[in-house]
Amino acid sequence: MNRRAFMVTAALGTAACSRRPQSPWRALTEDEAATLEAWCECLIPEDADSGAKGACVVRFIDTQLTKKYKRHRKTYATVLVALDSASQRARGLRFAALPFEQRTALLAGFEKGEHRRAFDLVLDHTLQGFYGNPRHGGNAGFVSWRMLGVAPAPVRGRLQYVIADEVARTRRRS
Amino acid sequence: MPLPLVDAVIVGAGAAGPVVARQLTAAGWHTVLLERGKWYTPWDCRKDDLRNQRNSTLGNAFGPEDEGNPRVAVAPDGTESIVAPSESAYQNNAACVGGGTLSYGAMAWRYHPTDFRMASQYGAPEGSTLADWPISYDDLEPYYEQAEWEMGVSGNDSNNPFKGPRRKPLPMPPVSPQGREHEILDKGARRLGIHPFHIPMLRNSVPFNGRPACMRCRWCVGFACEVDAKNGTQNTVLPAALKTGLLDLRTECMTREIMVDEHGRAKGVRYFDRSGAGYEQPARVVICSCGAIESARLLLNSSHRFFPNGLGNRYDWVGRNLQGHTYTGAFGLFEEVTYDDLGPGASIAVSDFNHGNPGLRGGGVLCNEFIRLPYQFAGMRPPGVPRWGQGFKEWMRQAYRRTISVMGPTQEMPMFQSRAQLDPRVRDGFGIPVARISGGRHPHTMEIGRAMAVHADTWLKEAGATRTWVRPPSPGVSAGQHQAGTCRMGNDPKTSVVDRNCRVHEVDNVFVVDGSVHVTNGGFNPVLTIIAIAYRAGEFIASSGLKPRG
Repeated sequence: MNRRAFMVTAALGTAACSRRPQSPWRALTEDEAATLEAWCECLIPEDADSGAKGACVVRFIDTQLTKKYKRHRKTYATVLVALDSASQRARGLRFAALPFEQRTALLAGFEKGEHRRAFDLVLDHTLQGFYGNPRHGGNAGFVSWRMLGVAPAPVRGRLQYVIADEVARTRRRS
Repeated sequence: MPLPLVDAVIVGAGAAGPVVARQLTAAGWHTVLLERGKWYTPWDCRKDDLRNQRNSTLGNAFGPEDEGNPRVAVAPDGTESIVAPSESAYQNNAACVGGGTLSYGAMAWRYHPTDFRMASQYGAPEGSTLADWPISYDDLEPYYEQAEWEMGVSGNDSNNPFKGPRRKPLPMPPVSPQGREHEILDKGARRLGIHPFHIPMLRNSVPFNGRPACMRCRWCVGFACEVDAKNGTQNTVLPAALKTGLLDLRTECMTREIMVDEHGRAKGVRYFDRSGAGYEQPARVVICSCGAIESARLLLNSSHRFFPNGLGNRYDWVGRNLQGHTYTGAFGLFEEVTYDDLGPGASIAVSDFNHGNPGLRGGGVLCNEFIRLPYQFAGMRPPGVPRWGQGFKEWMRQAYRRTISVMGPTQEMPMFQSRAQLDPRVRDGFGIPVARISGGRHPHTMEIGRAMAVHADTWLKEAGATRTWVRPPSPGVSAGQHQAGTCRMGNDPKTSVVDRNCRVHEVDNVFVVDGSVHVTNGGFNPVLTIIAIAYRAGEFIASSGLKPRG
């Protein structure tokens, strides 16, 4: 790939939560990411406001798995395989392929089973990715803060013009 | 390598160290101040909801770093774990110039006069080392005043009939406008017949000391102030001390131990700079101001043939009585919108329940909470609301702007077995043995905490909350940002570590000046008391004759 093609791909990737075909994620495999995204979206589903998927929660988790949450990589690998196996056993399909209601029902059982600690971890990370500061890869476009009606941080520095625009949009909304 | 002799070396540039430095340099002492962390500025504010001193989900913004600074935490069931500074069991405060005062919420409480004589007032419950202080509120009053006027406190406690006598009012009025939560809770309190007032804060409500007023942002407690309107030691007493030309501040320097001479007196400290190079700093006087856990650790790491169990530890009191505060309270959901995005959020308090609670030994002040940032609020779910899914999202949307939280720091019953000691195996990045934290909370502390939560709940209901839920006391050892008690002040060397002037009983030129010396920790945030004690101790040291004349 020449430099220009790379730049274009990178730009497209950023727009779509970094799902580039060649190297889509930093820590997760493509299958893991698909399962995780389907999971997170059940935890915070889309309605009038974006859900976990729209907020790029998996991008947050994937990024943190290369940094602060390195120590949780094994937990993620194990629990995502377990969730897919449970899904295969119950419905004959991978978790991400199930409709929303069936995924939710499966997770409700998962929440109380042998993987409950991993479930709690994923839930907490999902809340962080959805409600935390966008600088860590989640809460894309300040979706959760706009949902709650709080303006983005007026951070000084090079982001100020982007953020000024977000502030203006939030003010118009509320 | 040995450096030139100085009059004093102070270890730790947190709430207390710079105050002592200010007092000593004003008296002409050549002083070295060693700080293991960095010096941050308002430009390091960052407003990061997941990485700050209140919420260290992704790490601490102002130290210590997770790498190379472990502690060992012992759970109530005896299980041990090695913990990093961003984990709650670490009981972290901060590691930077200003310490906790760089990023605190900045409540500036004077303790109640009764807080200094808890044993006389109530008697110690079984299993507690509850005792009186060797000094009184009146001994400390002039220094509270000095702290309020030199560092800058805003607020108005004139409607608090329970406070100790004060000679001067606070130098700044409360921030204005006071905010929606304040108005709602003020009405509720008056209907209940309790006495609401404006929380005193080390925060500029008007321009003061050459710095601007608070800009009322959402990111306050846990963050450095972007406009430098929050008054910590790093932007008040420390610049004043540096201006004398007598203070040598050395950052990113970790003290290994206090060195002792052949007469059993301190002769200086040994420390490492950030490259790992070792130094010896000779000094006539050594002052430990590292916070309750690290000051105890430094004394215990300073063993010597005269002091085989650590400096000041002849009777095994160093590191004992580790305490903080037991925070309990309640949340209330309102029909009206309570959120106005006006920081810092905490604004109104009642001191009606600090003392005089039937059957209880003390209590605590109750205040509305600082603004809950969205991720933080997600952890404040009431019972019955689903943890995830559509129901939880709906809850967040409905409740975020309509909730008020009232919390308070219950004064704890200190316990001998709650302690910081040295871990026999684990060492930090410099090879220095680390603190090992163990113990728990006294059952009576839990009882008082539960009673305070009921008062908070009642207040919220009277203010119009349609639904309330309490935050009960949590078990396990308490220390964290309000850590105190590990080098208790007292008149009897057999049951305390330092005397009424913060001087270690068994070494006349070593002082401990920070929350470690608190006998009890008051039913209030402790920082103004730490600062007042530092003003007082600094004045004493300067006049102690430990520095030869001329």
